[in-house]
Amino acid sequence: MAGPRPDERPQPTARRNAQGIRIDPDAEAEPAQRTAVISALVDHEPGVLSRVSGLFSRRQFNIESLTVGPTTVEGHARITLVIHETEPGIDQAKKQLGKLKPVIALGELGDNAVRSELVLLKVRGDEPDKVHAITEMYEGRTLDAGPRTITVEITGHERKIDDAVDAFRQFGIIEISRTGQTALERGDSPTTPGEEPGHSAATDDATPNYDD
Amino acid sequence: MSESANPAADAAEDEEASADATTVAPANGAAAVVAALESADVETAFGVQGGAIMPVYDALYSSSIEHVTMAHEQGAAHAADAYGVVTGTPGVCLATSGPGATNLVTGIADASMDSDAMLALTGQVPSHMVGSDAFQETDTTGVTAPITKHNYFASDSKTVGDVVGEAFALAEVGRPGPTLVDLPKDVSFGETDRAPKLPEAPARSKPDPEADAEEVEAAASVIERAEKPLCLFGGGVVKGDATDEARAFAREHGIPVVTTMPGIGSFPEDDDLCLSWAGMHGTGYANMAISHTDCLIAVGTRFDDRLTGGVDTFAPGADVVHVDIDPAEISKNVHADYPVVGDAGTVLEQLEVAMERSPDAKEWCEQCTAWREEYPMDYAVDADEPVKPQFVVEAFDAATGDDAIVTTGVGQHQMWAAQYWTFTEPRTFVSSHGLGTMGYGLPGAIGARLAADDDREIVCFDGDGSFLMTIQELSVAVRENLDITVVVLNNEYIGMVRQWQDAFFEGRHMASEYDWMPEFDKLAEAFGARGFRIDSYDEVADVVGEALAYDGPSVVDAHIDPRENVYPMVSSGGANGEFALTEDQL
Repeated sequence: MAGPRPDERPQPTARRNAQGIRIDPDAEAEPAQRTAVISALVDHEPGVLSRVSGLFSRRQFNIESLTVGPTTVEGHARITLVIHETEPGIDQAKKQLGKLKPVIALGELGDNAVRSELVLLKVRGDEPDKVHAITEMYEGRTLDAGPRTITVEITGHERKIDDAVDAFRQFGIIEISRTGQTALERGDSPTTPGEEPGHSAATDDATPNYDD
Repeated sequence: MSESANPAADAAEDEEASADATTVAPANGAAAVVAALESADVETAFGVQGGAIMPVYDALYSSSIEHVTMAHEQGAAHAADAYGVVTGTPGVCLATSGPGATNLVTGIADASMDSDAMLALTGQVPSHMVGSDAFQETDTTGVTAPITKHNYFASDSKTVGDVVGEAFALAEVGRPGPTLVDLPKDVSFGETDRAPKLPEAPARSKPDPEADAEEVEAAASVIERAEKPLCLFGGGVVKGDATDEARAFAREHGIPVVTTMPGIGSFPEDDDLCLSWAGMHGTGYANMAISHTDCLIAVGTRFDDRLTGGVDTFAPGADVVHVDIDPAEISKNVHADYPVVGDAGTVLEQLEVAMERSPDAKEWCEQCTAWREEYPMDYAVDADEPVKPQFVVEAFDAATGDDAIVTTGVGQHQMWAAQYWTFTEPRTFVSSHGLGTMGYGLPGAIGARLAADDDREIVCFDGDGSFLMTIQELSVAVRENLDITVVVLNNEYIGMVRQWQDAFFEGRHMASEYDWMPEFDKLAEAFGARGFRIDSYDEVADVVGEALAYDGPSVVDAHIDPRENVYPMVSSGGANGEFALTEDQL
């Protein structure tokens, strides 16, 4: 074959980064990661959670938490996912999730959304008064109290839970169980696109319409 | 809904009635499965019998669907895949539970990687035994979840026909892919008199073929301004039946074209605008064009790493216009500056309307032509030396028409077939691209043969190692008397591995040397096929003529130069434009 060797050929000097984005050499920076809360309405059918979690594990998305539960609509469930990724990674995660057949609708929640998680903490029962005081401080509940252990429940924003866990460390935490975040958009804003807010199957016959 | 009094007797005795399945009530779940396939106009299915799928096979007994029994379920999956590629409708394969289902897995994964529409039906142990590790039980939906577009566990005889119909329709809608329905034996045996609904994909799985007008306008505008525009046509152009629109677009605006390997056939390789295919073993001129373009119009490609090499050096100066029906492909591997989500043909027509002028690319076209002359695809022919594989490929190409279909296994032979056969029509190159499945060639040829008109030639290029992986399917080709020609480019090596060992492992040929190869021409005769052998150049013409003329399966054992390697080569993760033309350039 003819033609110049690889090192003698004209080659472009431009480059792309790992996300395939063209790099401006003056502004090149490592892509920052951020935390995204994604809410997905899904068909409430066997295997849906494993499809979602399997998708996230095989595509190597960095998942922080995942919660799931039924909604007011029969046959629907809501999955709330928290991921920590770069912007293109979050975008890709949302698009891959949207491809799954059981996914009806999905959206990313804004900073203003209501976010909450629940933690159960089992601590040593040597100082019940102090434990009770901390529990009150974090608006928690004592679920079980015995001579050796006390188990409390705290709910709230992730930061509040983190702070509460820190506060309980002084007593010696024996066991801990956190649910991960669940979240809804505030006010009339739908949590996933097209989702109508405010209906309850118990008080309102109207079925939420997700097709709008 | 039909009210037939005795559906079982109807189906068994009246072939016409069974063909018109929607008007005849099925007797059981299995009959509903077959009725669903019939109402989807399935003509051919590939599979292997077995315990848990027996009710479905029993229902096929009185069906108009032609069933081809394969030697191994992997062969059934590949044959169905190739059948789907050639016909443009999902191929269907069947297997029993457990090992039958797991044997399909490679073929399903292959179809998934190449976005090939396919429906797999697997038997399953009876529902009440699921989860008990029963005989021949496997969690088939669990195993195949990552490699299917969607899979279904059928749980009700009354709806199983609807489920199969939906799975069939889902496989081909939007971005194609494999679907699977797992059929517990009790569901197949369970009584039902409900005729299945017509096959239809769920509404939310149907993408809008038309792209957003603003996206199209933005893309049109950047293409108009480009000085070095380049079309990159991928498998989506072929699968989306958009070759007419793609050809018209490139010719109308005088834009050079490169394809991906799955995109081979989307644009005629003998056209002046065509630079052939780009990527690891693509042409030097295609890879130079990729490296230097300022506007890459990528249609129906997922920017696989065998195409891009290192993403950092891929078309680094280009505005990327990316057209794809699957939004998740946009900016997955290469960032799309101008994303356009929609059907390839529809979007190309939209672009055509939106573009007010053609880019001024005269100099660029001249540059591409110069590269074509600078880095030609050629090889040395020395009459004293063993036959070069490229020569064999070219000889078969010359002896067959434009509509001949080439299937391949995976390895060096696949690259030579892709490089030295001049493809001009879509759906004529049927290969394992994304998964790189050795052994795809022969069952692929069987699927292609059953899909294509009788007068089209089917030539399978295989390697010695690749051929051995599914050689048992030769028994199927003989039994069905399928007119296919298998050309084994035999170098007694796992050649591509050997090539890499030479380049990157200091020539240590660990487990790549096959000095115990059978004589494939004699093996072919043992199967009942015709066998031919090529050892020198002067035998090539006669053997090509005889093998193609033989009306049945033939195997040409072509002993090629064992030292021949595949070039050009972009090293793994390297820059497209830095392809090596010889080993010392790696």
